[in-house]
Amino acid sequence: MVEVLTNLVAWFADPINWQGPNGVPTRVLEHVYYSVLALVLAVAIAQPVGIFIGHTGRGGALAINLSNAARAVPTFGVILLTFLVAGIGLAPVLVALVVLAVPSMVTNTYAGFRAVDRDVRDSAEGMGMTGWQVIRRVEIPVAMPLIMAGVRISAVQIVATATFAAVVSLGGLGRYIIDGLAQRDLTQVLAGAILVAALSLLTEVGLSRLQRVVVSNGLQEKSEEASMETRLEGTTG
Amino acid sequence: MKFRERCLVLAVGVVSLLVVAVGCAGGQNALKESGGGSGGGFVVGSANFPEQLILGNMYADLVEDQGIKVERRLNLGTRDVVFPSLENGEITLVPEYNGALLSYLTKGKSDVTSPEETTKQLREALPEGLIALKASEAQDKDALVVTPETAEKYDLKNTSDLAPVADELVVGGPPEMSERPDGLPGLKRVYGIEFKEFKALDAGGPLTIEALANGDIDVGRLFTSQGIIDARGWIVLEDDKELSPAQNIIPIIRKQDSRRKIEEALNKLSATLTTEDLKKLNRRVEVDKDDPEDVAKDYLKQKGLLG
Repeated sequence: MVEVLTNLVAWFADPINWQGPNGVPTRVLEHVYYSVLALVLAVAIAQPVGIFIGHTGRGGALAINLSNAARAVPTFGVILLTFLVAGIGLAPVLVALVVLAVPSMVTNTYAGFRAVDRDVRDSAEGMGMTGWQVIRRVEIPVAMPLIMAGVRISAVQIVATATFAAVVSLGGLGRYIIDGLAQRDLTQVLAGAILVAALSLLTEVGLSRLQRVVVSNGLQEKSEEASMETRLEGTTG
Repeated sequence: MKFRERCLVLAVGVVSLLVVAVGCAGGQNALKESGGGSGGGFVVGSANFPEQLILGNMYADLVEDQGIKVERRLNLGTRDVVFPSLENGEITLVPEYNGALLSYLTKGKSDVTSPEETTKQLREALPEGLIALKASEAQDKDALVVTPETAEKYDLKNTSDLAPVADELVVGGPPEMSERPDGLPGLKRVYGIEFKEFKALDAGGPLTIEALANGDIDVGRLFTSQGIIDARGWIVLEDDKELSPAQNIIPIIRKQDSRRKIEEALNKLSATLTTEDLKKLNRRVEVDKDDPEDVAKDYLKQKGLLG
Protein backbone atom coordinates (compact mmCIF):
# COMPACT_ATOMS: atom_id res chain seq x y z
CA MET A 1 0.00 0.00 0.00
CA VAL A 2 2.78 2.41 0.95
CA GLU A 3 4.58 1.47 -2.24
CA VAL A 4 1.50 2.21 -4.30
CA LEU A 5 1.24 5.65 -2.75
CA THR A 6 4.93 6.40 -3.19
CA ASN A 7 4.71 5.40 -6.85
CA LEU A 8 1.65 7.54 -7.27
CA VAL A 9 3.34 10.58 -5.74
CA ALA A 10 6.38 9.94 -7.92
CA TRP A 11 4.13 9.73 -10.99
CA PHE A 12 2.54 13.08 -10.27
CA ALA A 13 5.92 14.60 -9.44
CA ASP A 14 7.55 13.41 -12.65
CA PRO A 15 7.84 16.34 -15.07
CA ILE A 16 7.56 13.90 -18.00
CA ASN A 17 3.93 13.35 -17.08
CA TRP A 18 3.18 17.05 -17.31
CA GLN A 19 4.38 17.82 -20.82
CA GLY A 20 3.85 16.80 -24.41
CA PRO A 21 0.93 15.00 -26.04
CA ASN A 22 0.66 12.45 -23.22
CA GLY A 23 1.08 15.01 -20.43
CA VAL A 24 -1.62 15.74 -17.87
CA PRO A 25 -2.47 19.24 -19.18
CA THR A 26 -3.04 17.96 -22.73
CA ARG A 27 -5.05 14.97 -21.54
CA VAL A 28 -7.19 17.15 -19.26
CA LEU A 29 -7.88 19.58 -22.11
CA GLU A 30 -8.85 16.71 -24.43
CA HIS A 31 -11.10 15.27 -21.75
CA VAL A 32 -12.76 18.62 -21.13
CA TYR A 33 -13.13 19.15 -24.89
CA TYR A 34 -15.00 15.86 -25.44
CA SER A 35 -17.11 16.49 -22.34
CA VAL A 36 -18.10 20.05 -23.19
CA LEU A 37 -18.92 19.10 -26.75
CA ALA A 38 -21.08 16.20 -25.58
CA LEU A 39 -22.79 18.31 -22.91
CA VAL A 40 -23.64 21.09 -25.37
CA LEU A 41 -25.07 18.57 -27.84
CA ALA A 42 -27.01 16.79 -25.11
CA VAL A 43 -28.45 20.06 -23.78
CA ALA A 44 -29.44 21.07 -27.30
CA ILE A 45 -31.31 17.79 -27.73
CA ALA A 46 -32.70 17.20 -24.26
CA GLN A 47 -33.88 20.62 -23.15
CA PRO A 48 -36.27 21.36 -26.04
CA VAL A 49 -37.76 17.90 -25.60
CA GLY A 50 -38.06 18.30 -21.84
CA ILE A 51 -39.53 21.78 -22.17
CA PHE A 52 -42.03 20.70 -24.80
CA ILE A 53 -43.36 17.70 -22.92
CA GLY A 54 -43.18 19.59 -19.62
CA HIS A 55 -45.10 22.59 -20.91
CA THR A 56 -47.72 20.75 -22.92
CA GLY A 57 -47.89 17.61 -20.81
CA ARG A 58 -48.20 15.75 -24.09
CA GLY A 59 -46.15 12.63 -24.69
CA GLY A 60 -44.84 12.89 -21.15
CA ALA A 61 -45.27 9.25 -20.23
CA LEU A 62 -43.78 8.09 -23.51
CA ALA A 63 -40.77 10.40 -23.29
CA ILE A 64 -40.08 9.50 -19.67
CA ASN A 65 -40.33 5.79 -20.34
CA LEU A 66 -38.09 6.13 -23.37
CA SER A 67 -35.61 8.09 -21.31
CA ASN A 68 -35.61 5.53 -18.56
CA ALA A 69 -35.15 2.74 -21.06
CA ALA A 70 -32.29 4.66 -22.64
CA ARG A 71 -30.50 4.68 -19.29
CA ALA A 72 -30.10 0.95 -19.66
CA VAL A 73 -28.16 1.30 -22.92
CA PRO A 74 -24.57 0.21 -22.25
CA THR A 75 -22.22 3.05 -23.12
CA PHE A 76 -19.43 0.72 -24.15
CA GLY A 77 -21.73 -1.02 -26.62
CA VAL A 78 -22.79 2.29 -28.16
CA ILE A 79 -19.16 3.31 -28.60
CA LEU A 80 -18.20 0.06 -30.33
CA LEU A 81 -21.29 0.07 -32.51
CA THR A 82 -20.78 3.66 -33.64
CA PHE A 83 -17.11 2.92 -34.21
CA LEU A 84 -17.99 0.07 -36.54
CA VAL A 85 -20.17 2.45 -38.54
CA ALA A 86 -18.23 5.70 -38.37
CA GLY A 87 -14.64 4.60 -37.77
CA ILE A 88 -11.99 6.47 -35.82
CA GLY A 89 -13.04 9.94 -34.77
CA LEU A 90 -15.16 11.92 -32.35
CA ALA A 91 -18.46 10.39 -33.44
CA PRO A 92 -18.39 7.17 -31.38
CA VAL A 93 -17.59 9.01 -28.17
CA LEU A 94 -20.00 11.88 -28.72
CA VAL A 95 -22.89 9.60 -29.65
CA ALA A 96 -22.33 7.45 -26.57
CA LEU A 97 -21.99 10.42 -24.21
CA VAL A 98 -25.07 12.14 -25.60
CA VAL A 99 -27.09 8.94 -25.27
CA LEU A 100 -25.89 8.75 -21.70
CA ALA A 101 -26.64 12.38 -20.83
CA VAL A 102 -29.96 13.05 -22.51
CA PRO A 103 -32.29 10.90 -20.35
CA SER A 104 -31.59 12.50 -16.97
CA MET A 105 -31.89 15.96 -18.46
CA VAL A 106 -35.21 15.19 -20.16
CA THR A 107 -36.72 13.67 -17.05
CA ASN A 108 -35.46 16.45 -14.78
CA THR A 109 -36.67 19.25 -17.00
CA TYR A 110 -40.01 17.52 -17.41
CA ALA A 111 -40.32 17.02 -13.66
CA GLY A 112 -39.36 20.66 -13.06
CA PHE A 113 -42.05 21.89 -15.42
CA ARG A 114 -44.70 19.61 -14.02
CA ALA A 115 -43.90 20.80 -10.51
CA VAL A 116 -44.67 24.42 -11.35
CA ASP A 117 -47.64 25.43 -9.25
CA ARG A 118 -50.85 25.29 -11.30
CA ASP A 119 -51.94 28.60 -9.80
CA VAL A 120 -48.77 30.33 -10.89
CA ARG A 121 -49.29 29.22 -14.48
CA ASP A 122 -52.92 30.18 -14.39
CA SER A 123 -52.20 33.66 -13.13
CA ALA A 124 -49.47 34.07 -15.73
CA GLU A 125 -51.95 33.17 -18.42
CA GLY A 126 -54.55 35.34 -16.77
CA MET A 127 -52.17 38.27 -17.06
CA GLY A 128 -52.28 37.72 -20.80
CA MET A 129 -48.94 35.97 -21.28
CA THR A 130 -48.59 33.87 -24.41
CA GLY A 131 -47.54 30.23 -24.13
CA TRP A 132 -44.00 31.12 -25.06
CA GLN A 133 -43.89 33.89 -22.46
CA VAL A 134 -45.17 31.52 -19.79
CA ILE A 135 -42.35 29.12 -20.63
CA ARG A 136 -39.67 31.75 -20.64
CA ARG A 137 -40.72 33.96 -17.79
CA VAL A 138 -42.49 31.63 -15.43
CA GLU A 139 -41.89 27.95 -15.99
CA ILE A 140 -38.18 27.93 -16.81
CA PRO A 141 -37.22 30.18 -13.88
CA VAL A 142 -39.35 28.20 -11.46
CA ALA A 143 -38.17 24.84 -12.82
CA MET A 144 -34.56 26.00 -12.99
CA PRO A 145 -33.37 24.19 -9.83
CA LEU A 146 -34.47 20.85 -11.27
CA ILE A 147 -33.31 21.66 -14.79
CA MET A 148 -29.87 22.52 -13.46
CA ALA A 149 -29.81 19.42 -11.29
CA GLY A 150 -30.35 17.39 -14.47
CA VAL A 151 -27.57 19.20 -16.25
CA ARG A 152 -25.26 18.61 -13.31
CA ILE A 153 -25.97 14.92 -13.07
CA SER A 154 -25.47 14.54 -16.80
CA ALA A 155 -22.29 16.59 -16.83
CA VAL A 156 -20.70 14.55 -14.08
CA GLN A 157 -21.69 11.33 -15.86
CA ILE A 158 -20.23 12.67 -19.10
CA VAL A 159 -16.92 13.63 -17.50
CA ALA A 160 -16.61 10.27 -15.79
CA THR A 161 -17.55 8.35 -18.93
CA ALA A 162 -15.47 10.36 -21.43
CA THR A 163 -12.76 7.98 -20.20
CA PHE A 164 -14.05 5.60 -22.89
CA ALA A 165 -12.70 7.88 -25.61
CA ALA A 166 -9.36 6.18 -25.10
CA VAL A 167 -10.84 2.81 -26.07
CA VAL A 168 -11.30 4.03 -29.63
CA SER A 169 -7.83 5.55 -29.84
CA LEU A 170 -8.73 9.12 -28.87
CA GLY A 171 -7.07 10.99 -26.01
CA GLY A 172 -8.40 12.25 -22.72
CA LEU A 173 -7.67 10.99 -19.22
CA GLY A 174 -8.88 7.51 -20.17
CA ARG A 175 -5.56 7.07 -22.02
CA TYR A 176 -3.81 6.62 -18.68
CA ILE A 177 -6.32 3.99 -17.60
CA ILE A 178 -6.48 2.05 -20.86
CA ASP A 179 -2.74 2.23 -21.53
CA GLY A 180 -1.94 1.55 -17.91
CA LEU A 181 -4.07 -1.60 -17.92
CA ALA A 182 -2.55 -2.73 -21.20
CA GLN A 183 0.96 -2.13 -19.92
CA ARG A 184 0.19 -3.49 -16.47
CA ASP A 185 1.22 -0.15 -15.05
CA LEU A 186 -0.99 0.14 -11.99
CA THR A 187 0.40 3.53 -11.02
CA GLN A 188 -0.65 5.01 -14.34
CA VAL A 189 -4.11 3.47 -14.01
CA LEU A 190 -4.54 4.92 -10.53
CA ALA A 191 -3.25 8.31 -11.58
CA GLY A 192 -5.78 8.33 -14.43
CA ALA A 193 -8.60 7.27 -12.13
CA ILE A 194 -7.73 9.97 -9.61
CA LEU A 195 -7.60 12.62 -12.32
CA VAL A 196 -10.99 11.56 -13.71
CA ALA A 197 -12.52 11.58 -10.24
CA ALA A 198 -11.04 15.01 -9.52
CA LEU A 199 -12.34 16.41 -12.78
CA SER A 200 -15.81 14.99 -12.09
CA LEU A 201 -15.84 16.62 -8.66
CA LEU A 202 -14.68 19.92 -10.13
CA THR A 203 -17.52 19.70 -12.64
CA GLU A 204 -20.00 19.16 -9.86
CA VAL A 205 -18.63 22.08 -7.84
CA GLY A 206 -18.43 24.37 -10.85
CA LEU A 207 -21.97 23.67 -11.95
CA SER A 208 -23.26 24.15 -8.39
CA ARG A 209 -21.76 27.62 -8.49
CA LEU A 210 -23.39 28.22 -11.86
CA GLN A 211 -26.69 27.00 -10.49
CA ARG A 212 -26.55 29.63 -7.75
CA VAL A 213 -26.16 32.29 -10.41
CA VAL A 214 -28.93 31.14 -12.74
CA VAL A 215 -31.55 30.27 -10.13
CA SER A 216 -33.51 33.27 -8.92
CA ASN A 217 -32.91 34.25 -5.30
CA GLY A 218 -36.41 33.42 -4.18
CA LEU A 219 -35.89 29.83 -5.21
CA GLN A 220 -32.43 29.26 -3.83
CA GLU A 221 -33.51 27.23 -0.84
CA LYS A 222 -35.83 25.14 -2.94
CA SER A 223 -32.96 24.66 -5.32
CA GLU A 224 -30.79 23.14 -2.62
CA GLU A 225 -33.55 20.72 -1.65
CA ALA A 226 -34.29 19.79 -5.23
CA SER A 227 -30.72 19.04 -6.05
CA MET A 228 -30.38 16.97 -2.91
CA GLU A 229 -33.38 14.93 -3.97
CA THR A 230 -32.22 14.45 -7.50
CA ARG A 231 -28.77 13.58 -6.38
CA LEU A 232 -30.22 10.82 -4.28
CA GLU A 233 -32.35 9.80 -7.21
CA GLY A 234 -29.33 9.91 -9.44
CA THR A 235 -27.37 7.53 -7.27
CA THR A 236 -30.11 4.95 -7.11
CA GLY A 237 -31.20 5.27 -10.74
CA MET B 1 0.39 -12.99 -28.62
CA LYS B 2 -3.31 -13.38 -28.37
CA PHE B 3 -3.29 -15.18 -25.09
CA ARG B 4 -1.25 -12.67 -23.16
CA GLU B 5 -2.98 -9.66 -24.61
CA ARG B 6 -6.27 -10.91 -23.38
CA CYS B 7 -4.78 -11.54 -19.98
CA LEU B 8 -3.84 -7.92 -19.85
CA VAL B 9 -7.20 -6.64 -20.88
CA LEU B 10 -9.04 -8.93 -18.52
CA ALA B 11 -6.53 -8.79 -15.70
CA VAL B 12 -8.52 -6.54 -13.42
CA GLY B 13 -11.78 -8.38 -13.97
CA VAL B 14 -10.24 -11.76 -13.52
CA VAL B 15 -8.40 -10.77 -10.38
CA SER B 16 -11.50 -9.36 -8.76
CA LEU B 17 -13.57 -12.38 -9.77
CA LEU B 18 -10.91 -14.66 -8.38
CA VAL B 19 -10.79 -12.75 -5.14
CA VAL B 20 -14.54 -13.12 -4.78
CA ALA B 21 -14.57 -16.75 -5.85
CA VAL B 22 -11.69 -17.72 -3.61
CA GLY B 23 -13.24 -15.79 -0.76
CA CYS B 24 -16.58 -17.53 -1.17
CA ALA B 25 -15.06 -20.95 -1.48
CA GLY B 26 -13.16 -20.52 1.76
CA GLY B 27 -9.74 -20.80 0.15
CA GLN B 28 -10.60 -23.46 -2.37
CA ASN B 29 -9.72 -22.89 -5.99
CA ALA B 30 -12.55 -21.51 -8.07
CA LEU B 31 -12.18 -24.17 -10.73
CA LYS B 32 -12.57 -26.98 -8.27
CA GLU B 33 -15.92 -25.56 -7.33
CA SER B 34 -17.19 -25.36 -10.89
CA GLY B 35 -17.59 -29.07 -11.45
CA GLY B 36 -16.73 -32.29 -9.70
CA GLY B 37 -14.68 -35.00 -11.34
CA SER B 38 -11.34 -34.07 -9.77
CA GLY B 39 -10.86 -37.72 -8.93
CA GLY B 40 -7.86 -38.30 -11.16
CA GLY B 41 -9.72 -38.21 -14.50
CA PHE B 42 -8.15 -36.90 -17.69
CA VAL B 43 -9.11 -33.24 -18.03
CA VAL B 44 -8.43 -31.11 -21.09
CA GLY B 45 -8.50 -27.39 -20.40
CA SER B 46 -8.25 -24.32 -22.60
CA ALA B 47 -8.40 -20.57 -22.55
CA ASN B 48 -11.41 -18.60 -23.65
CA PHE B 49 -11.07 -17.71 -27.30
CA PRO B 50 -12.05 -19.61 -30.46
CA GLU B 51 -8.64 -20.97 -31.41
CA GLN B 52 -8.18 -22.42 -27.93
CA LEU B 53 -11.60 -24.05 -28.09
CA ILE B 54 -10.71 -25.67 -31.42
CA LEU B 55 -7.35 -26.90 -30.15
CA GLY B 56 -8.81 -28.05 -26.82
CA ASN B 57 -11.45 -30.07 -28.63
CA MET B 58 -8.85 -31.60 -30.94
CA TYR B 59 -6.69 -32.65 -27.99
CA ALA B 60 -9.71 -34.09 -26.19
CA ASP B 61 -10.80 -36.00 -29.32
CA LEU B 62 -7.32 -37.45 -29.76
CA VAL B 63 -7.08 -38.61 -26.15
CA GLU B 64 -10.59 -40.06 -26.27
CA ASP B 65 -9.57 -41.88 -29.42
CA GLN B 66 -7.11 -43.81 -27.25
CA GLY B 67 -10.04 -45.17 -25.25
CA ILE B 68 -9.50 -42.80 -22.33
CA LYS B 69 -12.42 -41.03 -20.73
CA VAL B 70 -11.91 -37.29 -21.07
CA GLU B 71 -13.49 -34.38 -19.32
CA ARG B 72 -13.51 -31.14 -21.32
CA ARG B 73 -13.09 -27.98 -19.30
CA LEU B 74 -12.64 -25.52 -22.09
CA ASN B 75 -13.28 -21.79 -22.14
CA LEU B 76 -11.79 -21.38 -18.69
CA GLY B 77 -10.34 -17.90 -18.98
CA THR B 78 -6.87 -16.53 -19.32
CA ARG B 79 -3.53 -18.14 -18.63
CA ASP B 80 -3.60 -16.69 -15.13
CA VAL B 81 -6.51 -19.03 -14.46
CA VAL B 82 -5.65 -22.00 -16.64
CA PHE B 83 -2.00 -22.53 -15.88
CA PRO B 84 -2.24 -22.68 -12.06
CA SER B 85 -4.98 -25.30 -12.50
CA LEU B 86 -2.64 -27.33 -14.68
CA GLU B 87 0.08 -27.04 -12.07
CA ASN B 88 -2.11 -28.21 -9.21
CA GLY B 89 -3.54 -31.13 -11.17
CA GLU B 90 -7.10 -30.01 -11.82
CA ILE B 91 -6.29 -30.01 -15.52
CA THR B 92 -4.20 -32.61 -17.32
CA LEU B 93 -3.58 -31.15 -20.74
CA VAL B 94 -3.78 -27.69 -22.37
CA PRO B 95 -2.90 -26.19 -25.74
CA GLU B 96 -0.30 -23.48 -25.21
CA TYR B 97 1.96 -21.08 -27.11
CA ASN B 98 5.69 -21.47 -26.56
CA GLY B 99 6.61 -17.76 -26.51
CA ALA B 100 3.69 -16.54 -24.43
CA LEU B 101 4.05 -19.35 -21.89
CA LEU B 102 7.81 -18.80 -21.62
CA SER B 103 7.18 -15.12 -21.03
CA TYR B 104 4.60 -16.01 -18.34
CA LEU B 105 6.96 -18.44 -16.61
CA THR B 106 9.93 -16.05 -16.72
CA LYS B 107 7.80 -13.05 -15.77
CA GLY B 108 8.48 -11.35 -19.08
CA LYS B 109 12.25 -11.71 -18.88
CA SER B 110 12.69 -13.95 -21.92
CA ASP B 111 13.93 -12.32 -25.11
CA VAL B 112 14.26 -15.23 -27.51
CA THR B 113 12.25 -15.06 -30.71
CA SER B 114 13.16 -18.14 -32.77
CA PRO B 115 10.76 -21.10 -32.52
CA GLU B 116 13.41 -23.74 -31.68
CA GLU B 117 15.17 -21.70 -29.02
CA THR B 118 11.83 -20.66 -27.50
CA THR B 119 10.67 -24.26 -27.16
CA LYS B 120 14.03 -25.28 -25.71
CA GLN B 121 13.95 -22.55 -23.09
CA LEU B 122 10.30 -23.26 -22.35
CA ARG B 123 11.17 -26.89 -21.51
CA GLU B 124 13.81 -25.63 -19.06
CA ALA B 125 11.43 -23.13 -17.50
CA LEU B 126 8.46 -25.51 -17.04
CA PRO B 127 7.77 -26.50 -13.45
CA GLU B 128 8.45 -30.05 -12.29
CA GLY B 129 5.76 -32.50 -13.36
CA LEU B 130 4.78 -30.74 -16.58
CA ILE B 131 6.11 -31.60 -20.01
CA ALA B 132 5.97 -29.77 -23.31
CA LEU B 133 5.33 -32.12 -26.21
CA LYS B 134 6.26 -31.45 -29.82
CA ALA B 135 5.72 -27.85 -30.89
CA SER B 136 3.70 -27.35 -34.05
CA GLU B 137 4.88 -25.24 -36.92
CA ALA B 138 1.51 -23.45 -36.62
CA GLN B 139 1.90 -20.09 -34.96
CA ASP B 140 -0.45 -17.54 -33.50
CA LYS B 141 1.96 -14.67 -33.24
CA ASP B 142 1.86 -10.91 -33.61
CA ALA B 143 1.55 -9.91 -37.22
CA LEU B 144 1.43 -6.67 -39.15
CA VAL B 145 -1.39 -6.91 -41.66
CA VAL B 146 -2.19 -4.70 -44.66
CA THR B 147 -4.87 -4.59 -47.32
CA PRO B 148 -3.87 -5.84 -50.81
CA GLU B 149 -4.20 -2.25 -52.09
CA THR B 150 -1.67 -0.97 -49.56
CA ALA B 151 0.63 -3.92 -50.26
CA GLU B 152 0.56 -3.18 -53.96
CA LYS B 153 0.91 0.57 -53.64
CA TYR B 154 4.02 0.35 -51.45
CA ASP B 155 5.27 -3.01 -52.73
CA LEU B 156 5.05 -4.69 -49.32
CA LYS B 157 5.76 -8.34 -48.64
CA ASN B 158 7.97 -8.42 -45.57
CA THR B 159 7.94 -6.24 -42.49
CA SER B 160 11.29 -4.79 -43.57
CA ASP B 161 9.63 -3.40 -46.73
CA LEU B 162 7.80 -0.98 -44.45
CA ALA B 163 10.94 0.87 -43.36
CA PRO B 164 11.25 3.31 -46.30
CA VAL B 165 7.51 4.13 -46.47
CA ALA B 166 6.40 3.90 -42.84
CA ASP B 167 6.41 7.68 -42.34
CA GLU B 168 3.41 7.82 -44.68
CA LEU B 169 1.48 5.09 -42.87
CA VAL B 170 -0.75 4.95 -39.80
CA VAL B 171 -0.53 1.81 -37.68
CA GLY B 172 -3.15 0.53 -35.26
CA GLY B 173 -2.90 -2.09 -32.55
CA PRO B 174 -3.30 -2.78 -28.85
CA PRO B 175 -2.48 0.11 -26.48
CA GLU B 176 0.58 -1.63 -25.03
CA MET B 177 2.14 -1.75 -28.49
CA SER B 178 3.50 1.77 -28.04
CA GLU B 179 5.65 0.71 -25.08
CA ARG B 180 6.44 -2.98 -25.39
CA PRO B 181 9.95 -3.90 -26.52
CA ASP B 182 8.49 -6.05 -29.32
CA GLY B 183 6.01 -3.29 -30.25
CA LEU B 184 6.83 0.09 -31.76
CA PRO B 185 10.21 0.44 -29.98
CA GLY B 186 11.22 -2.96 -31.41
CA LEU B 187 10.06 -2.06 -34.91
CA LYS B 188 12.26 1.01 -34.73
CA ARG B 189 15.24 -0.81 -33.25
CA VAL B 190 15.18 -3.93 -35.42
CA TYR B 191 13.64 -2.69 -38.65
CA GLY B 192 14.19 1.08 -38.51
CA ILE B 193 10.43 1.54 -38.91
CA GLU B 194 8.84 4.73 -37.62
CA PHE B 195 5.17 5.10 -38.48
CA LYS B 196 3.50 8.44 -39.11
CA GLU B 197 1.04 7.76 -36.32
CA PHE B 198 -0.03 5.07 -33.88
CA LYS B 199 -3.69 4.50 -33.04
CA ALA B 200 -4.27 2.63 -29.80
CA LEU B 201 -7.08 0.15 -30.55
CA ASP B 202 -7.33 -3.48 -29.46
CA ALA B 203 -5.52 -6.81 -29.65
CA GLY B 204 -6.79 -8.38 -32.85
CA GLY B 205 -10.34 -7.29 -32.00
CA PRO B 206 -13.14 -5.54 -33.87
CA LEU B 207 -11.62 -2.06 -33.53
CA THR B 208 -8.40 -2.87 -35.35
CA ILE B 209 -10.20 -5.01 -37.91
CA GLU B 210 -12.76 -2.34 -38.80
CA ALA B 211 -10.19 0.47 -38.74
CA LEU B 212 -8.09 -1.47 -41.24
CA ALA B 213 -11.12 -2.32 -43.35
CA ASN B 214 -12.33 1.28 -43.64
CA GLY B 215 -8.88 2.79 -44.13
CA ASP B 216 -8.58 4.63 -40.82
CA ILE B 217 -5.30 2.77 -40.39
CA ASP B 218 -2.96 1.44 -43.08
CA VAL B 219 -1.29 -1.27 -41.04
CA GLY B 220 -3.05 -3.35 -38.39
CA ARG B 221 -1.43 -5.38 -35.63
CA LEU B 222 -3.33 -8.67 -35.67
CA PHE B 223 -2.35 -12.31 -35.12
CA THR B 224 -1.03 -14.66 -37.78
CA SER B 225 -3.75 -17.27 -37.27
CA GLN B 226 -6.80 -15.00 -37.32
CA GLY B 227 -9.50 -16.23 -39.67
CA ILE B 228 -10.52 -12.69 -40.60
CA ILE B 229 -7.26 -12.18 -42.52
CA ASP B 230 -8.20 -14.58 -45.31
CA ALA B 231 -11.87 -13.70 -45.11
CA ARG B 232 -11.01 -10.11 -46.03
CA GLY B 233 -8.21 -11.04 -48.39
CA TRP B 234 -5.62 -9.18 -46.30
CA ILE B 235 -1.88 -9.77 -46.37
CA VAL B 236 0.33 -10.70 -43.43
CA LEU B 237 3.75 -9.09 -43.64
CA GLU B 238 6.45 -11.65 -42.90
CA ASP B 239 8.38 -10.87 -39.69
CA ASP B 240 11.63 -11.37 -41.64
CA LYS B 241 13.94 -10.21 -38.85
CA GLU B 242 12.16 -12.21 -36.13
CA LEU B 243 11.18 -9.34 -33.87
CA SER B 244 8.04 -10.94 -32.42
CA PRO B 245 8.53 -13.93 -30.15
CA ALA B 246 7.58 -17.29 -31.68
CA GLN B 247 4.11 -18.48 -30.67
CA ASN B 248 4.06 -22.09 -31.81
CA ILE B 249 1.15 -24.20 -30.66
CA ILE B 250 2.47 -26.67 -28.09
CA PRO B 251 0.64 -29.20 -25.88
CA ILE B 252 1.54 -29.01 -22.18
CA ILE B 253 0.67 -32.17 -20.27
CA ARG B 254 1.04 -33.46 -16.72
CA LYS B 255 3.82 -36.03 -16.66
CA GLN B 256 2.07 -38.52 -14.37
CA ASP B 257 -1.03 -38.67 -16.60
CA SER B 258 0.82 -38.80 -19.87
CA ARG B 259 0.96 -42.04 -21.88
CA ARG B 260 3.13 -42.89 -24.84
CA LYS B 261 0.19 -43.30 -27.21
CA ILE B 262 -1.35 -39.97 -26.11
CA GLU B 263 1.93 -38.22 -26.76
CA GLU B 264 2.26 -39.87 -30.15
CA ALA B 265 -1.22 -38.78 -31.19
CA LEU B 266 -0.65 -35.19 -30.04
CA ASN B 267 2.77 -35.03 -31.69
CA LYS B 268 1.26 -36.25 -34.93
CA LEU B 269 -1.29 -33.43 -34.78
CA SER B 270 1.45 -30.89 -34.06
CA ALA B 271 3.40 -32.16 -37.05
CA THR B 272 0.36 -31.85 -39.30
CA LEU B 273 -1.04 -28.49 -38.20
CA THR B 274 0.13 -25.36 -40.02
CA THR B 275 -0.58 -21.66 -39.54
CA GLU B 276 -2.63 -21.76 -42.75
CA ASP B 277 -4.73 -24.61 -41.34
CA LEU B 278 -5.22 -22.66 -38.13
CA LYS B 279 -6.35 -19.61 -40.07
CA LYS B 280 -8.93 -21.69 -41.94
CA LEU B 281 -10.18 -23.34 -38.77
CA ASN B 282 -10.43 -20.02 -36.95
CA ARG B 283 -12.25 -18.57 -39.91
CA ARG B 284 -14.88 -21.27 -39.68
CA VAL B 285 -15.51 -20.45 -36.03
CA GLU B 286 -15.00 -16.68 -35.99
CA VAL B 287 -16.43 -15.73 -39.37
CA ASP B 288 -18.78 -18.58 -40.31
CA LYS B 289 -19.85 -19.15 -36.67
CA ASP B 290 -19.40 -22.91 -36.82
CA ASP B 291 -19.18 -24.93 -33.63
CA PRO B 292 -15.55 -25.37 -32.45
CA GLU B 293 -16.28 -29.03 -31.63
CA ASP B 294 -17.36 -29.78 -35.19
CA VAL B 295 -14.50 -27.79 -36.68
CA ALA B 296 -12.01 -29.75 -34.56
CA LYS B 297 -13.49 -33.12 -35.44
CA ASP B 298 -13.71 -32.32 -39.15
CA TYR B 299 -10.03 -31.40 -39.25
CA LEU B 300 -8.89 -34.54 -37.42
CA LYS B 301 -10.98 -36.73 -39.72
CA GLN B 302 -9.85 -34.93 -42.84
CA LYS B 303 -6.19 -35.39 -41.87
CA GLY B 304 -6.75 -39.00 -40.87
CA LEU B 305 -5.61 -38.38 -37.31
CA LEU B 306 -8.41 -40.33 -35.66
CA GLY B 307 -7.91 -44.10 -35.52
